Amino acid sequence: MLKMKHIHKRFPGVYALNDVSYELRAGEVHALLGENGAGKSTLIKVLGGIYSADEGEIYIDGKKVEINGVKDAQNNGIAIIHQELVLVPHMTVAENIFLGREQGQGILIDHRKMTEEAQRLLDAHEMNIKADALIKDLTIAQQQMVEIVKAISYNSRILVMDEPTSSISDKEVAFLFKTMRGLTAKGVGIVYISHKMSELEEICDRVTIMRDGQYVGTEVVKETTKDDLIAMMVGRELTNYYTRDYLEPGEIVLKCENISDGKMVKNAGFEIHKGEIVGFAGLVGAGRSETMKCIFGLTKGSQGDVYVKRNKVNISNPVDAIKHGLALVPEDRKLEGLYKVQSVRFNSTIEILERFIRGVSVDDRKEIEITQKYIDMMATKTPTQEQMIGNLSGGNQQKVMISRWLATNPDILILDEPTRGVDVGAKSEIYAIMNQLVKEGMAIIMISSELPEIINMSDRIYVMSEGRVTGCLDHDEATQESIMQLAAN
Amino acid sequence: MAKETVKKAGAAGNTNKAVVFIKENMGIIAAFLVLSVFLSVFPATSGSFLTAKNIFNVLRQISTNMLLACGMTMVIILGGIDLSVGSIIALSGVLAAGCVSRYGLPIIAALIVGVLVGLVIGVFNGFVISTTTIPPFIVTLATMNIARGLAKVYTGGSPVRVVTKEWQFIGAGYVGFVPVPVIIMIIVLIITALIMNKTKMGRHIYAVGGNPQAAVFSGIKVSRVKFFVHAFSGVMAGMAGIILASRMYSGQPTAGEGAEMDAIAAVVVGGTSMAGGSGKIGGTIIGALIIGILNNGLNLMNVNSFWQDVVKGVVILLAVFIDYVKNSKSKA
Repeated sequence: MLKMKHIHKRFPGVYALNDVSYELRAGEVHALLGENGAGKSTLIKVLGGIYSADEGEIYIDGKKVEINGVKDAQNNGIAIIHQELVLVPHMTVAENIFLGREQGQGILIDHRKMTEEAQRLLDAHEMNIKADALIKDLTIAQQQMVEIVKAISYNSRILVMDEPTSSISDKEVAFLFKTMRGLTAKGVGIVYISHKMSELEEICDRVTIMRDGQYVGTEVVKETTKDDLIAMMVGRELTNYYTRDYLEPGEIVLKCENISDGKMVKNAGFEIHKGEIVGFAGLVGAGRSETMKCIFGLTKGSQGDVYVKRNKVNISNPVDAIKHGLALVPEDRKLEGLYKVQSVRFNSTIEILERFIRGVSVDDRKEIEITQKYIDMMATKTPTQEQMIGNLSGGNQQKVMISRWLATNPDILILDEPTRGVDVGAKSEIYAIMNQLVKEGMAIIMISSELPEIINMSDRIYVMSEGRVTGCLDHDEATQESIMQLAAN
Repeated sequence: MAKETVKKAGAAGNTNKAVVFIKENMGIIAAFLVLSVFLSVFPATSGSFLTAKNIFNVLRQISTNMLLACGMTMVIILGGIDLSVGSIIALSGVLAAGCVSRYGLPIIAALIVGVLVGLVIGVFNGFVISTTTIPPFIVTLATMNIARGLAKVYTGGSPVRVVTKEWQFIGAGYVGFVPVPVIIMIIVLIITALIMNKTKMGRHIYAVGGNPQAAVFSGIKVSRVKFFVHAFSGVMAGMAGIILASRMYSGQPTAGEGAEMDAIAAVVVGGTSMAGGSGKIGGTIIGALIIGILNNGLNLMNVNSFWQDVVKGVVILLAVFIDYVKNSKSKA
């Protein structure tokens, strides 16, 4: 149905796409796989008319087409659902679906007709969403569904989904997959981009792998293994994807009892030993991040007892938390972590200014030294320390975020979704660093929605559901099933 | 001497900073140089522009705008705006002048009152902005009107004249051959540069402006930073008010009308982004200089003052446009 042949795209200084080909059949889900910077997004943007290719041809149903703008893409039945959703938050679902082609007569909009029409589309796909609800009141997963309905309403036959599952829960993923299967049954072809290998087996028919802007190969998912795919992606064998040496844990360094915030967290309690990685699993909205925010002093009016090394402590703001040896690498890098327009160095040292700034004198050399130490330790890829952090890849941004908090020399490091939006190579490196840190006596709390990551990296796993800790599993008894059972409790 | 320090510091990467600064501000530095060279060789102005007298004259003229721009740079990096500074000039000026002429207080007391006026309004701005989510634009729009109104109420709309001779020293006096406002300006610039580049507070301003939520996670006391910056901006305006009232022998309720816009212009021409999180005081200095020299040059050329506004507007647009082109290039 869709063929992209020998696509080339150059940017100043970067060969973003070098002779890439891709084809999509009607009714299949065809994954596009590659590390960050492999050129997946560029390829999608060429297809969507945001960039135009320097060389190469695109065929739809055997006919050569020119895509020189977003309108051309739409006219050819191509719809893209971006990772960052582009709905208007203060408008209704119906208004968003018909944005730019409002129904009505002349300059007047027929709201009722639009709402009815939208509701019909939503119901046709068994989506439990009201057409007159405001977008901002919907969950991320629901918003995604609205995007899908919007795409279908354009009679799109080629649907591109860019990491649709990166911020929704497993239950919602299941529904998304069901919807996708419904679409493919009607002959829609889906280009699927994801970092999560486990999803490929479940939903995809074929997979095309890209690396460094080049086409590596296309495989039928059922006839290949995860290890083969990873090897193709990174161009080398990843012998140890997860690095973990299990050691005898030390004494208790953090104990929390009856943590509540009055909303999402209800009497959560747990304890962490020195030299341990403790996973926190659960569905999105289970209150894991919120629990950590309470402990870190970020939630006003939260209650509960926190003991650091057996002493009861009172943490009412992050400064207290840092003083007691806690560090929190937040879940949403862009929103809660990055100073995007500032340099790697600024971002690395913002927590520890007092180490090189005295009054009005800055010890530049010391700041450079500290920054370099962590760049080396984390193997962060950045041309210089002055590089604006917004220009780095997600994996390297995350490494700087972790560096920032390691620089405070914490005893207890809380990592909230440490590998979200991070490519496979960098993920593996982050795991190795975590392993090294606990060996040196740190305690790590890792919140993650990726079960394989939780199972393979944790000594113990706490599972939360609706604000409560519903169970604790040892790493040798934890399976996806046992965790999900507790999570749905 | 200056060269030596740069060289010495080179090992620690300081030369880099200077080079980087020049590179990043190539556009405005070039504009500044072109403007200066043009005025130096253009027949109508070549005789008068490059004289010591005229240069000090320009510096004195821009001194009040530079003070405002120092505060405004911080405010804008913080992601906000301070519209109240122009009105603070008037209120601080009339009250300080009133202290001397109406109540016969010593000049030093008048100076303190003037600065305090700025501090109080700045602190009020800072308090509201740091404890609520009301946008700084609205808060300072309100205090702008309040301060201007109070200045008119106090004076009944007419200037408060000061006949004491010593009064003029701050605004029109000299130390040696350097005008006093220029000295004040240089001291303030040094202090501002130190705060922004060499202190924790400076880093925190960039952090809060760049990503307020991340700053909370970092344990930065966001409200304290906002409070400080607005108080600082208020004090700058209070000082500017005194200088202006001194130079005009009177506190005028209409003084500083639109001054906030000139300060914003200097900051923006200097390359600070209205989005917050980035910008340099060095850029603001060049920005204020460009605007000052432009005014001076147009005056020397006897250009009609109505046209001067048009030219100023075009220059602002041009400067921001260069920035835009540069940024869109570096992104691709």
